[in-house]
Amino acid sequence: MFENLSERLGGVFDRLTKAGALSADDVTAALREVRTALLEADVSLPVARDFIKRVQVKATGASVTKSVTPGQQVVKIVHDELIATLRGDEDPGKLKIDNPPAPVLMVGLQGSGKTTTTAKLARRLKEREGKRVLMASLDTNRPAAMEQLAILGTQIGVDTLPIVKGENAVQIAKRAKSQATMGGYDVYLLDTAGRLHIDEVLMDEVQAVRDAVNPRETLLVVDGLTGQDAVNVATEFEGKVGITGVVLTRMDGDGRGGAALSMRAVTGKPIRFVGMGEKTDALESFEAERVAGRILGM
Amino acid sequence: APRRVLDDAFVEELEDLLVQADLGVETALKVTANIAAGRFGRRVSTAEIKEALADEITRIMEPVARPMPLYPKRPQVVLVVGVNGAGKTTTIGKLASQFRAAGKSVIIAAGDTFRAAAVEQLQVWGDRAGVPVMTAPEGSDPASLAFDALTRAQAEGVDLLMIDTAGRLQNRADLMEELAKIVRVIRKKDPSAPHNTLLVLDATTGQNAVTQVEVFRQMANVTGLIMTKLDGTARGGVLVALADRFGLPIHAIGVGEQIDDLDAFDARDFAAALTGSPD
Ligand SMILES: Nc1nc2c(ncn2[C@@H]2O[C@H](COP(=O)(O)OP(=O)(O)OP(=O)(O)O)[C@@H](O)[C@H]2O)c(=O)[nH]1
Ligand SMILES: Nc1nc2c(ncn2[C@@H]2O[C@H](COP(=O)(O)OP(=O)(O)OP(=O)(O)O)[C@@H](O)[C@H]2O)c(=O)[nH]1
Ligand SMILES: [K+]
Ligand SMILES: [Mg+2]
Ligand SMILES: [Mg+2]
Repeated sequence: MFENLSERLGGVFDRLTKAGALSADDVTAALREVRTALLEADVSLPVARDFIKRVQVKATGASVTKSVTPGQQVVKIVHDELIATLRGDEDPGKLKIDNPPAPVLMVGLQGSGKTTTTAKLARRLKEREGKRVLMASLDTNRPAAMEQLAILGTQIGVDTLPIVKGENAVQIAKRAKSQATMGGYDVYLLDTAGRLHIDEVLMDEVQAVRDAVNPRETLLVVDGLTGQDAVNVATEFEGKVGITGVVLTRMDGDGRGGAALSMRAVTGKPIRFVGMGEKTDALESFEAERVAGRILGM
Repeated sequence: APRRVLDDAFVEELEDLLVQADLGVETALKVTANIAAGRFGRRVSTAEIKEALADEITRIMEPVARPMPLYPKRPQVVLVVGVNGAGKTTTIGKLASQFRAAGKSVIIAAGDTFRAAAVEQLQVWGDRAGVPVMTAPEGSDPASLAFDALTRAQAEGVDLLMIDTAGRLQNRADLMEELAKIVRVIRKKDPSAPHNTLLVLDATTGQNAVTQVEVFRQMANVTGLIMTKLDGTARGGVLVALADRFGLPIHAIGVGEQIDDLDAFDARDFAAALTGSPD
């Protein structure tokens, strides 16, 4: 259903005869197509606008080499800028988890994939980095949320904090901290209940958890199929909780993944991992090139 | 109120408003063009133009705002499908509670035999709704559970059998085939079943919802939609694109995590929330 960007721009530039340098008019016409492509890929509108402005500056007057068409030249500029924006400065797969036991807090909307990602991350840390990991569910809300994490823990051979009914999220977090300290764990992962970014009570709760354990990493887990709301989610979680990175789930779907750009642009924080399936081994380090190509439908 | 000439710039602002509500570019342009026609070049107030937008969206959505039909057929089989985490299990709990309140007898089949603690989750919802939940061991074939559940529902003469399924992305051919198999197996017992196949969509989802409907409809014969998580800031505008393209009825909306947080889909309320105009 979606045309890829090259096809779109082909249409615009077929009408242009002379090559050489990209004129301001060429660029404006081309960027209208880029804008549509970004919006169809679910990039949030304000993020798409800013992105277009930056590309406009870079593209206007850019010379078109003989070997490419003006359309290809614009695609290249857009593609490069997209990769530059998506890519962080550091190795995305490397979490700051020195100083044991290092707390890692997982947050996000309902159903985004926090619990599954917690288990995926635990498995990765255990198998790839030989870490001793403890997982704890702070989800006192969703039916069987704690059992879900416990079952996953058994499946991957990672300890979970024993379930004590009646404790609140902060109490569980503190218990996880002391058990992680006494038990000699390297890392403890705190899975939290799904919450809407506008739910004051639950946003206060996660702040209290944060203040109780001082997480080394706070990862916002976001559905890769998210639409325009991404900008609100990113703004609120960054503003109210403060995040250190993003995990995009369900990237095994056929969504275009524009939420990646929205998340990155709004929070300025690195996208660290992508979820590529339901199973606990389906977690990959984020690669800017792949996601850029996907957003542009290439 | 201040009035402005409805020019290209104004039209673009309206398009942007709709794009930000997830209508998608194509549908946003179409809806905006419809209301701009006949008003272009005239002086209008923002309130007036938003109301016109809301009217247009109401016009598109009214034909699909229909509750889930109840049939005299007993048991009426309701299959619930959708991508991962959309809200299927929660919605089954809410629906079961509503049917119970309406005096119907209900059985739920915990057809998600894959995800960790999916069964335990549904059992809690069954308890809350006062409805028995049939389960099968983790990793077992959901189609055979569905078959057994229908056998029991027929024997007990219950009004409704609701079948939960594991979340699946529509591009996973193997999992979509598993769903098609559930339907085939149910039909061996009752060729007219499932009587309703509900696709649950998450309001935070963007344009991928279009492909979700396309593929689930093809593979599982979806008869109606439910959109969850409309209690957040996502406005679910992709429903407008879906109404325009597929015309499937929208039975209900999820507006929270509690058992009563399921409302009828109201075209005018939806349009008002979407355009930010007072209703
Ligand atoms: N296909 C796919 N499914 C995923 C991925 N990550 C998680 N899921 C599925 O998404 C659904 C929701 O995942 P959960 O881990 O329960 O999500 P959550 O954020 O903990 O949900 P709440 O605790 O209810 O807020 C489950 O069916 C998972 O199997 C992914 O990367 N790809
Ligand atoms: N805010 C809000 N949350 C909801 C709504 N409906 C469901 N949820 C939450 O979304 C999360 C996922 O819901 P589930 O019912 O487990 O979704 P599912 O489609 O069965 O998930 P899988 O079986 O893992 O594919 C849970 O945390 C629910 O409480 C809703 O209308 N509003
Ligand atoms: K979602
Ligand atoms: Mg969870
Ligand atoms: Mg479920």
